[in-house]
Amino acid sequence: MIKIRNLNKTYNLGSPNALHVLKGIDMDVKGGEFLSIMGASGSGKSTLLNVIGILDNYDTGEYILDGTLVKGLSETRAAELRNRKVGFIFQSFNLISFKNAMENVALPLYYNGVPRKKRNALAMEYLEKLGLGEHADHLPNELSGGQKQRVAIARALISRPSIILADEPTGALDTTTSREVIEIMRDVNLKEGITMLIVTHEAAVAKATDRVIYLRDGKIESDKHNPNPVIEF
Amino acid sequence: MFDLLGEIIATMRKNKLRTFLTGFAVAWGIFMLIVLLGAGNGLQNGVQSNMTGLATNYENLWPGWTSMPYKGLRADRRIRFDERTVEFVRRSFPEIEYLTGILFHTTQSVSYGEEYGTWRVLGASAEATHIHNMIIRKGRFINEIDDLHKRKVIFIPRLVEEILFKNGEESLGKYVLVDGIAFQVIGTYDWVDGSTDTSIFTPLSTSTMLYDRGRGINRIDFTVKGMASIEEADDFDLRLRQAMGAYLGFDPTDTSAMYIWNNAKNSLQIQNVFRFINIFLWVIGFASLMAGIVGVANIMLVTVKERTREIGIRKALGATPWSIIKSVIIEAVFITTVAGYIGIMLGVGLMELVNKAIGSGAGEGGITAFKDPTVGLGIVFSALAVLVICGVVAGLIPSLRATKIRPIEAMRAD
Repeated sequence: MIKIRNLNKTYNLGSPNALHVLKGIDMDVKGGEFLSIMGASGSGKSTLLNVIGILDNYDTGEYILDGTLVKGLSETRAAELRNRKVGFIFQSFNLISFKNAMENVALPLYYNGVPRKKRNALAMEYLEKLGLGEHADHLPNELSGGQKQRVAIARALISRPSIILADEPTGALDTTTSREVIEIMRDVNLKEGITMLIVTHEAAVAKATDRVIYLRDGKIESDKHNPNPVIEF
Repeated sequence: MFDLLGEIIATMRKNKLRTFLTGFAVAWGIFMLIVLLGAGNGLQNGVQSNMTGLATNYENLWPGWTSMPYKGLRADRRIRFDERTVEFVRRSFPEIEYLTGILFHTTQSVSYGEEYGTWRVLGASAEATHIHNMIIRKGRFINEIDDLHKRKVIFIPRLVEEILFKNGEESLGKYVLVDGIAFQVIGTYDWVDGSTDTSIFTPLSTSTMLYDRGRGINRIDFTVKGMASIEEADDFDLRLRQAMGAYLGFDPTDTSAMYIWNNAKNSLQIQNVFRFINIFLWVIGFASLMAGIVGVANIMLVTVKERTREIGIRKALGATPWSIIKSVIIEAVFITTVAGYIGIMLGVGLMELVNKAIGSGAGEGGITAFKDPTVGLGIVFSALAVLVICGVVAGLIPSLRATKIRPIEAMRAD
C-alpha cells in the first residue's frame, strides 16, 4: 500500500535557516493496517503525514502509493490521486462553514464528477451509518465537536479511498468523544478494510492501534507491533 | 456544467455580504456612468433642439447707434437699414445663400369675426422660409409676387389660426383685420422646434409701406455657405463690418453701430462647450467606474483569507487547481454581469423617468434644457465588459495565489 524509501525533506532548502525535517525515512504499510505515528512536536510526524497525503512534496527518496510513484506530480494529477486514494481527517475538522453536513460529505464526489443526486444520496447513506442522519442539514457550527469529526470521517470515507490519514483526530475532543471517534475508525478499518494511519501524540490513541511508529528528530526511532490493542480513554 | 453553476450559486448564497458588496460596487459604477453620460447627452440634446428653429448657418444684423466718430461724422448717430441695405448685403457677399429684411410691427388687434388677439407681424421676403425652420401646414409662404405687388396677405402660425377660426372653420383665403386693414390668409405653419412664438408673416414691401415709421428695416436675416470653423465665422463677420461700415458710414471697430448674431459661430462654440462637458463627464464616469473596480478588487482581496482556507480544504478533497480557478472566474463573471445588468436597468430607468418628467413639464413650452438623456448601448456594454474583466482579475489574483499555497498551509490559516 505504502512504500517509502530513504525519504528526505528539508524546509527552506538552500537558505541559511534550512530545516531538515525528514531524514531518510524507510517505511512500509500493508493494505488494511491500523497504525499510528507518534512523536514529540517537531519530530516531523505531521510533515510525513502531509507527504503521504500528497499535500506536500519531498526532496529525495521514493514514495509509492498503491503502486503509483508519487514524485514530481503535476497539481492536477496530485489532486486526482488525492481524490481517489486518500481520505483526510483533521484535528480542526476543516469542514466548509457555509455548507451543511450532507454537502460537506458529498464534496469529494463533486470533484470526482458524480452527479448531484447520486452524491447527495450517498452522503446521506454515510451520515446515517455514522448516526448523523438527523443532522444532515445542519451547518458545521450547529454541530458538536464529536459530530463534526464524524462528518469529517464520513467525508473521508465517501470516495472509498485506499487509505485514510488522520492528523490528531482526537486533539480537539474530550475523552468520551475521542473514544467514540477511535471506535468508529477501528470499525471502518475492520468492515471496509481501509488502511488507517493516525498521527497522534496521545498514548491512549496509539494504544488502540495495531502498530506504533515513533518518530524522533526526523528519523524512525522504533516501529513496534502492538499485539493487544485496547480502546481505553 | 449545471453542477458547476449549482456549486457556484450555493457558494454565493452562503456568502451573501461578499456577493452583495461586489455586486453593489459594479452596479453603482455602471449606474453612475449611465446617469452622468445620460445627463450630458440630455443637456446637449436639449440645447440643440432649442436651436433647430433656425438654420445652423444663420446670421443676422441689426442697426444700433454709433459710439465713435467716423470720417468727420460725429458719434451718437442712429444707423438705419432700408431695402437698399438689404440689396447691398446680398450684392457684396456671394457666399450668402438666402437673405431677407425683417420689419417688426406690434399690432393693436388682429381679428376675424368675433375673435381677436394681439400678435407681432413680421415683414419678410420669400427667402425667409429657408432661414426660419417652419413646417407649412396649409397653403404657402409669401412669394416674390406678393412682395412685388405689396399684397396684403398673411402667413399665420397654427396657434393664431386656432384662436381666430373657431370650430375648424377654413382659414385659407379668408380676410383677417390687422389694425383695421384686411389681410388675406395664404397659409399656416408650425415651428420645427415646437416653439410657441406667434409671429404673423406678411411681405416685407407691404409691411414697409404700412408700418415703417422712419426707422427702416429692423433686421437683416441670412444664411451663409461654408462657415465650418470659428475662425471662418470671425473672418466673415469682420468683412461684413468693414463693408457695412464703409457703406453706412461707421467705424468697423464700432460694435454698437451694428450688431451681429452669428448662429454658426454660436453653435460651434456650444459644440466646443459640449465637447468639454463630455470630456469632463467621461472623466467623472471613468472615475466612478474605477471606484467600482476598486470596490470589487477590495472585496475580493479582503475575502481572500477565508477563501484561502476554503480552497485548501477543497484541494485536500481532490479539487484540481483549474476547477478552483474556473469556479472563481465564473463566480466573478456571474456577479459582475448580473449586478452590471441591474445597474444598467436602474440607470436607464432613472433616465427614462427624468425624460418623462421633463417631457411632460415642458411639452408646450418649446424651450427645454434637457431632452432624450440616453447613452449608447455600445458604451454601456463596453463599460460592463471592463468591470467584468476587472472583477475576474480581482478574484483571480488572490485565488491563483491560494491555489499555489500547499493545502496544509492554507487550512492552517485560522
